[in-house]
Amino acid sequence: MNSYLYYPGCSLAGTAREYGQSTLAVLRRLGCEIPELDDWTCCGASSAHSLDHRLGLALAARNLALAEAQGRGLLTPCAACYSRLAAAWHGVRQGGEVAEWLREILGRPLEGTFRPRSLLEFLVVEIGSHEIARQAGVPLDGLKVACYYGCLLSRPAEWAIDDADNPQLMDGLLEELGARAVPWAYKTECCGSFLALARTAVVFGLVERIVEAAREAGADCLVTACPMCQANLDMRQRRGRPPLPIFYFTQLVGVSLGLAPEVLGLDRHIIPGLPLLRERNLVSGPVGLRERLLR
Amino acid sequence: MVGSRLMRPDLQKSERLRQRIQELAGTDVGRCYQCGKCTGGCPLVEAMDFTPRQIMRLVNWGAEDEVLRCQTIWVCATCFTCTVRCPRQIKVAEVMEALRSLARREGVRSPARDILRFHRLFLAIVGRFGRLHELSLVMGYKVFTGRLFQDLGLGLQMFLRGKLSPVPERPGGARQLARIVSWWAERERKGGR
Ligand code: SF4
Ligand code: SF4
Ligand code: SF4
Repeated sequence: MNSYLYYPGCSLAGTAREYGQSTLAVLRRLGCEIPELDDWTCCGASSAHSLDHRLGLALAARNLALAEAQGRGLLTPCAACYSRLAAAWHGVRQGGEVAEWLREILGRPLEGTFRPRSLLEFLVVEIGSHEIARQAGVPLDGLKVACYYGCLLSRPAEWAIDDADNPQLMDGLLEELGARAVPWAYKTECCGSFLALARTAVVFGLVERIVEAAREAGADCLVTACPMCQANLDMRQRRGRPPLPIFYFTQLVGVSLGLAPEVLGLDRHIIPGLPLLRERNLVSGPVGLRERLLR
Repeated sequence: MVGSRLMRPDLQKSERLRQRIQELAGTDVGRCYQCGKCTGGCPLVEAMDFTPRQIMRLVNWGAEDEVLRCQTIWVCATCFTCTVRCPRQIKVAEVMEALRSLARREGVRSPARDILRFHRLFLAIVGRFGRLHELSLVMGYKVFTGRLFQDLGLGLQMFLRGKLSPVPERPGGARQLARIVSWWAERERKGGR
């Protein structure tokens, strides 16, 4: 197995706290603890590359250089971080003037020796769905999931980890764990990303289309690997119909591995997800304080 | 829109603009045959003033002012749908990014001031702390735009779920990040505003 340093990214300390919690819990349970990159800084997603191409590359590249100096690659759960780190890595590998400029502004060597890895790819490809299933004690029986990959893991071809139209990594993993991954057409539709604040109405519309498609496909919930997707889908569903809960895939993997709901941050969603998991007998035990208060 | 005013292609300007896009995005807009597939798949087209296909046409006509001063380039979410679908292998999303970079470097006044404000605030926070502090970004944005009470309930919900960390983290690397950000800020200043 390759050796990595963990790059959590900024969201995992805030809005996506449960993604960070569940990631670390799952990795620990699988016996592969990955040390955090010391002194990491923001990768710049999505604002730096929106303002300036080079600025976007430079902010992400700093982290690549720190890890490379320790002879390691970066492992990140966040789809947006992955995309930015991979873009910088790709820029460095292309060589030429851009790579020179990056080394100069960073004041560090950087060759792009190690390709950054997304957590989803790491779990499925390096650890293996089968191996995870072997260690899992709670089959996700009866849970119908719509796996939502968003943009940043499936595009562009230079660093996508899966197919642009019908990716399968998450589907395969959760099916191996006993869930039923419904086939549906909106797996890689964009959720509107950072426009949630500046163009809120547009994002409501995009989210509605995605959630509606999942509902029509018969899903009980959506599952994602991106903090921005999760936030938009969790916070921008229109009122009216009963909302669908939005899980991080690591949370469902954790449930299957028998980890406790609080450890996985399952009580932190805006649209509560625990009632569904309890109803399907996937989570048992006493109802926690936050779960009770925020129903 | 383009049709409302008589426009003639300016081949010299077109050449220059395509060259600059080539340098930044590594792609040749001149290959576009106007099929509209990029527009067809664009999730944000309804919030744009020019469709992605129209942007390609405008670039090829050398309509530099129009493409640098539009909403479209700022509303684009860099979702790469257009890039993976273009039958002419034009990296359309990367072209949008290049146009944004050019607009900033030239100090063009943008109509999408709120989106720009969001990005600049993001950079200011990251330049200061080295990491993004989401609460500062959201609050700062709301103060700037006067939309202070929109999403207030949502903010409370997030707070109760421990999703808003109250204090920013500041790693040692913040200083190096500040240097990169000021390189950019310096160039923005030279660009005019
Ligand atoms: S779907 Fe939205 S949040 Fe998710 S990766 Fe795409 S732009 Fe980002
Ligand atoms: S998809 Fe490609 S060829 Fe077709 S209009 Fe868009 S940029 Fe031009
Ligand atoms: S990258 Fe931008 S222009 Fe292309 S489809 Fe996505 S939002 Fe539209």
